Amino acid sequence: MPIRLRVEGLSAKRGEDLIFHDISFIVAAGEALIVTGPNGSGKSTLLRVLAGLLTAESGTVRMDDTVADISHPRELCHYLGHRNAMKHELTVEENLSFWKSFMGDSAGGSGIGLEEATEALGLGGISHLPFGYLSAGQQRRMAMAKLLVAYRPVWILDEPTAALDAAADRMFAGLVERHLGAGGIVVAATHQPLGVAARELRMTGFAGVGEVV
Amino acid sequence: MISLFLRDLKLSMRAGGGALIGVLFFMTVVAVVPFAVGPDLNLLSRIGPAILWIGALLASLLGLDRLFQAEREDGSLDLMLMQETPLVLTVLVKCLAHWTATGLPLVIAAPLLGLFMNMSEVAIGATMLTLLVGTPAITFIGATGAAVAVTLPRGGLLVSILVLPLAIPVLIFGVSAAYAAVQDPAPFLPPLLILIAITLFFAVIGPLAAALALRSASD
Repeated sequence: MPIRLRVEGLSAKRGEDLIFHDISFIVAAGEALIVTGPNGSGKSTLLRVLAGLLTAESGTVRMDDTVADISHPRELCHYLGHRNAMKHELTVEENLSFWKSFMGDSAGGSGIGLEEATEALGLGGISHLPFGYLSAGQQRRMAMAKLLVAYRPVWILDEPTAALDAAADRMFAGLVERHLGAGGIVVAATHQPLGVAARELRMTGFAGVGEVV
Repeated sequence: MISLFLRDLKLSMRAGGGALIGVLFFMTVVAVVPFAVGPDLNLLSRIGPAILWIGALLASLLGLDRLFQAEREDGSLDLMLMQETPLVLTVLVKCLAHWTATGLPLVIAAPLLGLFMNMSEVAIGATMLTLLVGTPAITFIGATGAAVAVTLPRGGLLVSILVLPLAIPVLIFGVSAAYAAVQDPAPFLPPLLILIAITLFFAVIGPLAAALALRSASD
């Protein structure tokens, strides 16, 4: 059963100020939504609301047609924020195997092995190194390997390709493409094009209403 | 959940993890007492259990503030908040791992430091037992403080101050049980059982309160 991410009348506040209000959209399985807009327009806030890390001022986030028995939509989501959620003191392998067994797989899919995941990001063979030894770009790519080792149908990505070179950019576009092909959903905030066909949600900032183009 | 326990244990063993900082602090505090009090062996053995308990209490408060702050700084906390696994369970496992890494070494080091204080075998054994059942309570109480102060960059001292009043009953019953073992008329079992009850009580309340605090602290 393909799932759908349905957002209705969403608004959120930071402190006293309304960052955005009344955003509604539907993303169906196999679709990507790119959130764009100037700095401070509320892209990250929107993604954190979708991931259930911030409470919305009003409106709802729902997963339609899902087979999984979940109490909250966030349980079907991967969230890749600005921070990598990896421990510098542990090796890459220890980090990834922890997240793999801690997160588990959502219903309807299964994560791939550690070796395979690091290969897919072009970093096979260095997973025995402590995470802190890697360069910023390598760290970012290893954090992306988390998306592969534990299966979640929805990926929420906040500036995923910030520290990446052009080749890694294309590699990541390939991963996103494959995830979409398998019936996944991607919502990403980004300044650079992601390299995949996607609809765009343009945030206009400060209580402005975002429009889906 | 086992994987979270093992990961936290590994992290505390690695450089900068701070598993041994608590024991070192404990040793420092207890080791200077005989120098300050002087070579009065009777006095030392009389205040021994209390000094060990004070040292253990302060040492277990040390490093508690990093329990969730380290997770928050690298973004791991976000992912933990999103999982299907109840957050209460995650917090409980983190507390157990933290106690194993920092509390258990205190219990193991206690007999050695008991010798410094000229304590009898019975007193050392009783103190060790009370520390074993009492120090987990301090970790559970501390988890709540750590969760409340998770967004504060310099929350360390604040956590200790928040937590200390709640930890006082643990200290009172721990020390009174340890004394009861060596002083004849006082009964040993009742204070020990109350201490165990306190630990069990906070094992339930602590993670629950910490989970609530973490949920509302998200930004």
